[in-house]
Amino acid sequence: MNKNLKLFVWSMSVLVVLGSLVGCGSQGDTHGNDIYEIKGSDSEVNLVTALVEAYAKGNNEVEFSVTGGGSGTGIAALINNQTDVANSSRQIKEQEVTDAKAQGVEPVPIVFAMDGVAIIVNADNNVKQLTVTEIGNIFAGEITNWKEVGGPDQEITLYGRQSSSGTFSYVMERVVKNDYAQSMKQMNGNSEIVESVANDKSAIGYVALGYIQDATGIKALGVSEDGTDPYVNPSDYQRVKNGEYVLTRPLYQYFNGLPSGALREYVEFELSTSGQELVGAEGFLPVTETYRQENEKYLK
Amino acid sequence: MYGHKDKLIASFLTLIGVFIILLVIGIFGLLISNSFAAWQEIGLRDFLGSTVWNPSGYQSNSYGILGMIASTLLVTAGAMLTAVSVGIACALYLAEIAAPWEREIIKPIVEILAAIPSVVLGFFGIVVLAPLLARLLHLNNGLNALNGSLLLALMSLPTIISIAEDALNSVPQEYKEASLALGATRMQTLLKVSLPTAASGVTAAVLLGIGRAIGETMTVIMATGNALAFPSGFLSSVRTMTATIAAELGEVPYNSLHYQALFAIGFLLFALSFVISLVADYFLQRAAERSK
Repeated sequence: MNKNLKLFVWSMSVLVVLGSLVGCGSQGDTHGNDIYEIKGSDSEVNLVTALVEAYAKGNNEVEFSVTGGGSGTGIAALINNQTDVANSSRQIKEQEVTDAKAQGVEPVPIVFAMDGVAIIVNADNNVKQLTVTEIGNIFAGEITNWKEVGGPDQEITLYGRQSSSGTFSYVMERVVKNDYAQSMKQMNGNSEIVESVANDKSAIGYVALGYIQDATGIKALGVSEDGTDPYVNPSDYQRVKNGEYVLTRPLYQYFNGLPSGALREYVEFELSTSGQELVGAEGFLPVTETYRQENEKYLK
Repeated sequence: MYGHKDKLIASFLTLIGVFIILLVIGIFGLLISNSFAAWQEIGLRDFLGSTVWNPSGYQSNSYGILGMIASTLLVTAGAMLTAVSVGIACALYLAEIAAPWEREIIKPIVEILAAIPSVVLGFFGIVVLAPLLARLLHLNNGLNALNGSLLLALMSLPTIISIAEDALNSVPQEYKEASLALGATRMQTLLKVSLPTAASGVTAAVLLGIGRAIGETMTVIMATGNALAFPSGFLSSVRTMTATIAAELGEVPYNSLHYQALFAIGFLLFALSFVISLVADYFLQRAAERSK
C-alpha cells in the first residue's frame, strides 16, 4: 500500500507540473491579440495548421489555435459556440443544423481543399487496378477471394475506418453503396491501415491520399468508374490534380455566419493561389471549380 | 492550538473525500442522463440481444452490442488465463523463494511494466506481436483477440503480482514453520499452506486484474483489428466495448441516437467494473480480517 501511495504522490506531482506548463502555454499571448479557435476533423489538423502558420507570417496581430478531436467534435463545439471554425471532412447533418439554429448559430460551409481516397493493397499483390463497382463488392463482402478480380487464390482481408470517420461514410456512400461487410476491421486511423496492409498480403484498405506518399510495403490501385473510362492511379498527382481520379471529396470548414474581419481574410488566403499551392504541398488537392463557385456564394 | 490545527486538516481531508464521492456520483449521473434516450429508443432487447452494430448504415442503423460484449469477455478471459497463472507464479516466487537481491531486480522491472503507456503497448502489438502471431499460426494477419489478450495480460500482470504478493507476505510465519516442522516440503508448504491462506487476497488481485483488462482501451483498439462480426474464437478479429466508444465518440454527431448509445455502452462498462471492484473489495477485506 505504501508503494501505491508513493506512486500516487509522484503521478500527482507530474500532473501538477504538466498542468502548469499547459497553463503557461495558453497564456502566451501578451499583446492582447485576438485568438481564433479552429477545431474538428483529425484528417484536416495538419493541413489547417500549415495554412494557419503560413497566414500568420504576414499577420502578426491574429492568432489561431488549431485542435483535432474529430469532425463531430468540431461541429458540436461550433453548435455550442465554443469554437470559431469547425473543420469537418463530412457535410454537416440536418440534425446538427437544427441544433445549431436552436443555439443561435448559423453554420456556413467553405470548401477549402479536396481530399482523395486511395485504395491500397500489399505491395506483393499482383492486382494493379479495380473498378469502383469491384471495390464496392469487395467491401460489401460479395467478392471474398482475390482470384475473382484477377489476383492470387487468397481470401481478402478488409481494412477500413471506424463508423464515425468521414472517410468511412464517404467510401460507403460513393463506392460500396451498401453496408460494409461485418468482417471489415475498423482501424482507428489512416496510419494504422497503412501499417496493417503492409503486413498482410491478403489486405485491401482505403486511406486519405496524403498517407500513401511516403508509405512502404503498400501500393495504391488504379481506379476507374466502370472500366470504360481510364484507370487513374492516385499516386499520379498531376492527373489527380486535374480531377481525373474519381474518388475525391471536399473538405469543409464551418463558420458561424458569413466569415468576417480577420476570419474572412484568412479564408481568402486559404483559397488564394499561394494557399492552394500549400494545400497541394501537404498532400491534398486544390478546390475544384464546382466547389469554388459554391464558396463564392458565401464570400461575396 | 494543536487540536485546532488537527481539526482543520481533518475537515480538509473529509472535504476531499466527499468531493471524490460526489465526482463518482456525478459521472454515474452523467452516463445515465446521456444514455437515457438510447435505452428507451433502442430498447433493451435490441441493444443487448442483437449482434449487429451499424450506427451509420447505408439504409438503416442498428445498435446491437452483443458482439462487443462477447468480444470484451473473450479478450479479458484470454488475458486472465495467461496473466493469472504467470502472475501468481511470479508472486509466489517473489514472496517465498526469491533471494533479497533477486527481489530487488524483479520488483522494479514489474513496476516499470505498469508504467509503459498503453499506446506504446498497442503499437508493439501492431508492429511486433501481430506479425509474429501471423507467422507462427500461419494467418494472414495477427490482428485478433489473441493479440489483444496477450497485451492485456502484460498490462494486468503488475496489478496481479503486487497485490498477490502483498497477500502472500501477510501469511503468518508460524503457519509455514508449522508446516515445515510437520515434514512438508517447501513446495507443499507453498501450494497447500501459503496459497490457500492468502486465497482471499489472491482472488482480489485477480479481480482487480480483470477490472484493469476490461477497462483498457488504447491497446485493444490498436491490436485486435476491430471487426464487428461476432467473434468465433481467439483468432477472429474483435471490437471491444471500450474500443467502440473510443473509436466513435470523436466524430459522432452530438446528441444523436448513436451518441447516446455510446454513453449507454459506457454506463454498462461502468456498472461492470463497479461490481468487479466491489467484489474485489469484499475479498480484500476478508483477507485483512483473516490476517489480524
